Amino acid sequence: MSSFRAVEIDALIKRYGGTIAVDGLTLSVDPGTITSVLGPNGAGKTTTVECCEGYRRPDAGTVRVLGLDPQRDAARLRPRIGVMLQEGAGLYPGARAIELVAHLARLHAQPLDVATLVDRLGLGDAGRTPVRRLSGGQRQRVALAAALVGRPELVFLDEPTAGLDPQMRRSVWELLDELRADGVTVVLTTHLIDEAERLSDDVAIIDDGRLAAQGSPLELTKQDESTVQFTGPPRLDLASLRQALPEETALDETAPGRYVVRAHVTPQLLATVTSWCAAHDVMPEGLHVGRRSLEDVVIELTGRRPS
Amino acid sequence: MTAVEGTYAPAPGAAPLWRMLAVQTTFETRLLLRNGEQLLLTAIIPVVLLALLTAVPVFDTAGYERVDFLVPGILALSVMSTAFTSLAIATGYERRYGVLKRLAASPLPRWALLLAKALTVLVVEVLQVALVCGLGWALGWRPHGSVLAVAVLFVAGTLAFAGLGLLMAGTLRAEATLAAANLVYILLLVLGGVVIPFDQFPDAAASVLTTTPTGALADGLRDVLADGAAMPWGAAGILVGWAVAGFAAAARWFRWE
Repeated sequence: MSSFRAVEIDALIKRYGGTIAVDGLTLSVDPGTITSVLGPNGAGKTTTVECCEGYRRPDAGTVRVLGLDPQRDAARLRPRIGVMLQEGAGLYPGARAIELVAHLARLHAQPLDVATLVDRLGLGDAGRTPVRRLSGGQRQRVALAAALVGRPELVFLDEPTAGLDPQMRRSVWELLDELRADGVTVVLTTHLIDEAERLSDDVAIIDDGRLAAQGSPLELTKQDESTVQFTGPPRLDLASLRQALPEETALDETAPGRYVVRAHVTPQLLATVTSWCAAHDVMPEGLHVGRRSLEDVVIELTGRRPS
Repeated sequence: MTAVEGTYAPAPGAAPLWRMLAVQTTFETRLLLRNGEQLLLTAIIPVVLLALLTAVPVFDTAGYERVDFLVPGILALSVMSTAFTSLAIATGYERRYGVLKRLAASPLPRWALLLAKALTVLVVEVLQVALVCGLGWALGWRPHGSVLAVAVLFVAGTLAFAGLGLLMAGTLRAEATLAAANLVYILLLVLGGVVIPFDQFPDAAASVLTTTPTGALADGLRDVLADGAAMPWGAAGILVGWAVAGFAAAARWFRWE
């Protein structure tokens, strides 16, 4: 792959009045990949994406999208990107769903076939319904169709599956896989860890307007330590287990009833845990030895669960 | 770039400008003509008023034949309903729902969006003129005067209303724009020389009312169509003044999101 980056953000700073939304963020996206920008609400995800889309002028730093400056080269950039705003915003309330997608298609030189796209997103039945009477999930999908219909090289999707039922969410994930397979670069924001893990070649974890980590889900979860995890009754007194374990072992109840031991896991260590459980009549359900999850990484980096 | 085959294989590009303009204008015109509340203001109220007030002598008509007095006023009302009320309400809600923001990321340039809105107003006005003049003709209206002067007044009036409409849509909340635009429509319908001659008002009030865009347009159109005046420079000047002020303010304060 060439060194060309689909998106290159360097030391981006964006303030709104006195508050800093993005604080020196550096991030890059390789062409033909799916990159998830993951982070808690208010971390700066939307602001970052909106700087790429040309909506916001950076206060400092540089943003290059497909090698272009989203501000200076907006006219050249716009036809090449697809944009889906948060909550599927930006749809004419009085237009019918299909009519709206067809309208956006006509602003492009070689659009996708509207009927096929609309069917693919399960909007066939809602096609003649005015946007203002669509459900939130349907509106999301119309906005997604609108982002894709111009056959963009690069799409920015701001929380594309928010408000979708699980079946529709999976269907959108499959669609995004197909986009990547056909050579489209996808940048999406999400606060759903399973979505980022399932979809992405690359995950960029953002917190407080900075890049906390970037890498493939595999790279991000790789480490020397591994974990022993199990669930049991909440609020067990762990003092005696802590004493039984080697000194540098971390032992936490990360959620009520969910216990995580972080250490260099050996068969002996595992035996210590299980015999402690036996002694305390605790059934360690879902006992699992392995690498930490992406969720663990996010919580570790941001100190909170993305919500 | 590697060539990739597939349904979604990238093939980006904007449509030719003229086609984007035509497509956007057609789309916005269709949405507008489909909107019942807008049609009430742009077509039904003007037509009903013209028919009713020509048939029944409700107001004095300042010495004119009723239809000769009413058609120019109703034409001014029609221009206001489309270039001001409709434009303000539609644009206000487009702003509120992020339509203007979303379109800013489409291949359609911002100036082309504004031009498409202007063309939409023009298309609807042509339909309104046909409707009002057709009905007037059926009711015995026989206009005189210069077509050129009428065209100048129409363009100046449209620009005066559009500037104020966009100013309102770009600064107020959508609900406030909806309420205010309808209120202005009703007030100027009654006070703007549309159906009630200015000489029915006290002199001080009349001299203010003739300087409103509606008052100036109705006055100017009546000078030409009923009196056969060549070019009512006073009315045209007032309209141009409103247009300059409105667009200058809109350019300064209009917020796209």
